[in-house]
Amino acid sequence: MAENDIYKGYKGVALSVLKNFGARVWNDVIIHTANGKFIGLILPRSETADDLHIVLKIPVGYNIGIAAESIIGIDINGYKEAKYKIPEKEFPYDPLKPRVKLLGTGGTIASRLDYRTGAVIPAFSPGELYGSVPELADYCNLETEKLYGVFSENMGPEQWKGTAEAIGREIEKGVQGIVIGHGTDVMHHTAAILSFMVQNSPVPIVMVGSQRSSDRPSSDAALNLIHAIKTASESDIAEVMVCMFGPTSDEYGLLHRGTRVRKMHSSYRSTFRTIGDIPIAKVNRENITPLRTDYKKRRADNNVIINTSFEEKVSIVYYYPNMKPDIIDSLIDNGYRGIVIAGTGLGHVNKPLYPALRRAREKNIAVYMTVQTLWGFVQMYVYDTGRDIMEMGVVPAANMLPEVAYVKLCWALGQTDDLKEVEKIMMTPIAGEITEREPSNGYLIYQGGLPEVEEFISKYRK
Amino acid sequence: MYEFEFKPFNKMTRADYETVGFKSGLEIHQQLLTEKKLFCRCPAGKYSTEYDAEILRHMRPTLSELGEYDGTALMEFKTRKNITYRIKRETVCTYEMDDTPPFLINDEALDAALSIGLLYDCNLVDELHIIRKQYLDGSIPTGFQRTAIFALNGKVPYKGREINVMQMSIEEDSCREVSDKGHDRIYLTDRLGMPLIETVTAPEMFEPIEVAEVASICSRLVRSSGRVRRGIGAARQDVNVSVTGGTRIEIKGVPRIGLIPLLTYNEARRQWNLLRLRAELHRRKITSETFSSRIVDITRYLSRFAYLPLKEAAEKGQKASCVILKGYAGLLHWETQTGTYFAREISDRIRVIACLTDLPNIVHSDSKGENLSAPDWSFLNKTLEATSDDTLVLVWGDENDVKTACSEIIIRAKEATIGIPSETRQALEDGTNGFERILPGAERMYPDTDLPPIRVTLDRKKRLEQNLPEKFWETEKKLSDAGVPADLIREMSNPAKSALFFEFFPNRISDAKLISKILANYPKRLKKKFRSGIQPETEIYKIILENLADGKIIPSTVFTILANYSINGELILTGPLDNSAIEDKIREKADEFREIIFRNPEKKTEVISGKILAGLNFRVAFSRVIQSVEGFKGI
Ligand SMILES: [Zn+2]
Repeated sequence: MAENDIYKGYKGVALSVLKNFGARVWNDVIIHTANGKFIGLILPRSETADDLHIVLKIPVGYNIGIAAESIIGIDINGYKEAKYKIPEKEFPYDPLKPRVKLLGTGGTIASRLDYRTGAVIPAFSPGELYGSVPELADYCNLETEKLYGVFSENMGPEQWKGTAEAIGREIEKGVQGIVIGHGTDVMHHTAAILSFMVQNSPVPIVMVGSQRSSDRPSSDAALNLIHAIKTASESDIAEVMVCMFGPTSDEYGLLHRGTRVRKMHSSYRSTFRTIGDIPIAKVNRENITPLRTDYKKRRADNNVIINTSFEEKVSIVYYYPNMKPDIIDSLIDNGYRGIVIAGTGLGHVNKPLYPALRRAREKNIAVYMTVQTLWGFVQMYVYDTGRDIMEMGVVPAANMLPEVAYVKLCWALGQTDDLKEVEKIMMTPIAGEITEREPSNGYLIYQGGLPEVEEFISKYRK
Repeated sequence: MYEFEFKPFNKMTRADYETVGFKSGLEIHQQLLTEKKLFCRCPAGKYSTEYDAEILRHMRPTLSELGEYDGTALMEFKTRKNITYRIKRETVCTYEMDDTPPFLINDEALDAALSIGLLYDCNLVDELHIIRKQYLDGSIPTGFQRTAIFALNGKVPYKGREINVMQMSIEEDSCREVSDKGHDRIYLTDRLGMPLIETVTAPEMFEPIEVAEVASICSRLVRSSGRVRRGIGAARQDVNVSVTGGTRIEIKGVPRIGLIPLLTYNEARRQWNLLRLRAELHRRKITSETFSSRIVDITRYLSRFAYLPLKEAAEKGQKASCVILKGYAGLLHWETQTGTYFAREISDRIRVIACLTDLPNIVHSDSKGENLSAPDWSFLNKTLEATSDDTLVLVWGDENDVKTACSEIIIRAKEATIGIPSETRQALEDGTNGFERILPGAERMYPDTDLPPIRVTLDRKKRLEQNLPEKFWETEKKLSDAGVPADLIREMSNPAKSALFFEFFPNRISDAKLISKILANYPKRLKKKFRSGIQPETEIYKIILENLADGKIIPSTVFTILANYSINGELILTGPLDNSAIEDKIREKADEFREIIFRNPEKKTEVISGKILAGLNFRVAFSRVIQSVEGFKGI
């Protein structure tokens, strides 16, 4: 067995103490120290922790760290490796239920812990899922396929293309709904690019993840998965959606359009919000309640269009006061073909940037303007600065969210070099990324502390 | 071997407890006195039943580190509770609601915990690992408690022996339950997240009174650190009890130490009687292999019964089932605790696990109470083809709950053939206990991946050691050696008082009795006499001892000086008087004394001297007054 398995995570002083006494991880031991003896199981150590301690799981179930230096002897009484096993039960088959495919990219649905990194490793087969979320069988016949095992932040073009292609394959095969397990950090980037890469889908494509890892009893993972599976199985919404908690309570999920959704809180369960519009529907264990009617409907055919074009040399520039032109220049010098600016207010940057923007124009680089306020449209006619910027070839991207404009520009530039063509692709709404109008309830950030808001909060579960 | 029968509580002797092999240990939960909570920066110790908002959660069992589902976890999941948290902005942030990861541990709390660990003579752990301990009852919104062992292998002295302290952990406090009815449980969250330590002793107490006495010692010890909270709910003890052949059973939430003896007695009695019940079952040839039971849906007969709960169930359209326990006749009325029967074990389980919280939730044919009429029972017996050797247990309610209930009835009845099921039990005010949950195992612990391990450096240990108060039993021994009377030692072991004592004793004032009387006895007398008066602070006592040591006042005036201070708030240090003042007073009172007829003429001098002394505000020695009275002619 490889040494790093035997001494998982140990290094330096701690490692040499283990070696000296012939001990390894998962040994049942009595450790003798200057302060008395400790009985327990030697556990792997997190790689980021120091090299001075040995971790012991004592019989009452707690872990403690023992200073390696103080150890004068280790009696080894056995070996007991932890077997991570999610109770596996065969997923029941019901001919009357729809066929749903769960594609895994690395999000945590059911999971176990990994000692080295302290991370949560997903468990995934239908059997494992049925063992931990048996309710899923109420909705569908589930098939699963693990496409990737990456953390959310490591999702990129390769995974996006692969996922889009997998979706195409599954639709061809006739599945009646697709669920994509995904980490939450960049879920909205993936939702947006899939909205462009997968067009004319006849079935729901539902992205889901969890804000609280599924190793904890209060996790949102199981309920999110139930909501997503229900949506994929039963809803008539044939769009790319994100399905995550509406409130922080275990009450219902929201189905957000893939191009209008954004993660808005670093840790809340109810972190995903539809920006500048309203979600498509609400979902709970029993019902899917549409909040609007203008969504694409489920169809019986399998005429999906997969277009995985992608240009990687695109960047987002988040403008700040006193930004220097060298930021733009360095993108130009490094061969970038597209830039999405998240400008201030209605879509502005300062004058010193102008020469760099002109240079970008000369180098045939596509530059698009979005707003860092997230809510609202770019409107570059109101002030002279806006008009000046447009003159330099910067295209206002309406109310596309910056991340959405970014992935769409990657996708557009992947299809053509002709900036006119690119602009046509960019500015033609495909999946709700640009809306004609912003409804008055599309912008609601309630201000805590106001009596009427507090009254609302006291009446409805958060 | 189970011939012995439990006597009433006050008739049990030490030998009786030896016979049953009584063994008990303590788990003491003590809140620490800190400004803020343990893993977030919310204020600690602000209680309120008001709330601004509610959050709904469900708990689902998860995998532990070693890959097993925990038994409790599964049980709790069966209960399918809707858990509502009431939150108030001032006392709860997004951390407690599990919408924000934990902040680093509160160092003030950790210091307090480590200090107390040192008081228990524990080995402090070199590196703390925060662990998640699952609680699926919802008492913590994450579904687990963040906890870490910080000390191991301590001890407290008790009656010439040592009680071992196995481990101490620092953890976050849980929610306060508001209600638990059917499938809905409500919690208040103000207490949630407050720092708490748990101290676990070895099961080394061998009769109920010992458990209470050790609990008192531990309680005094932690209070002497000055770093723990006082008041209702600040200290809660769990006790575990076992008897020979029994199981280690934890009784949770003992509200006060005084209740411990009766509670542990009743638990020992319960275990003993369950073992006797097992013997009886075996005598009837019922074992876990031969155990036989049947479930019959009796919903269609509901309307024929006059018994009110069944009648109501019929009206509500609920379901009812009957479990037939073959050969159990009479055994549901087997006494377990004082005035409590085996049927309660079953009813409790159903209340908790099947969420049938409206009592009574079962009726059974062994019952001596008023429920179904004799004809009703014989109808059931006949219809269900039961015999007079069998026990029928009826349960009613929502369909799924009744299903769960029936399987629990069978599980619990069958467990009686095996022994005493591992479970945690709830302390009740009458000194008995009720089922709380299946005993959780070590499986419910897994590492907290949100927080790094915390190294306890040698410097930190040293700093804490230097600031440690003396252990009260050491103080007591020193006081006793100094000659402080036994009845004042406890009071004198108060750190401020003992410090003051040794400031004067033996060099400046050699009379240990005198100092301890002033410091331990006078404050009580003052409080009694002048209830609304000012209670002198330590500083006043110090001034008095200074003056006494310097001979500026005499012992007999001290109480008067204190009394005066208590009434007027003025410290008038009246010095001793000379002989002429005594003689003046005698002369002044002489006529008065001549009038008095003494019942005990031989005590005449003493009585008169006493009155003179009081008249002089005790500012002279009694012996000198007697001398002067004896020398005075004409009384
Ligand atoms: Zn807080």
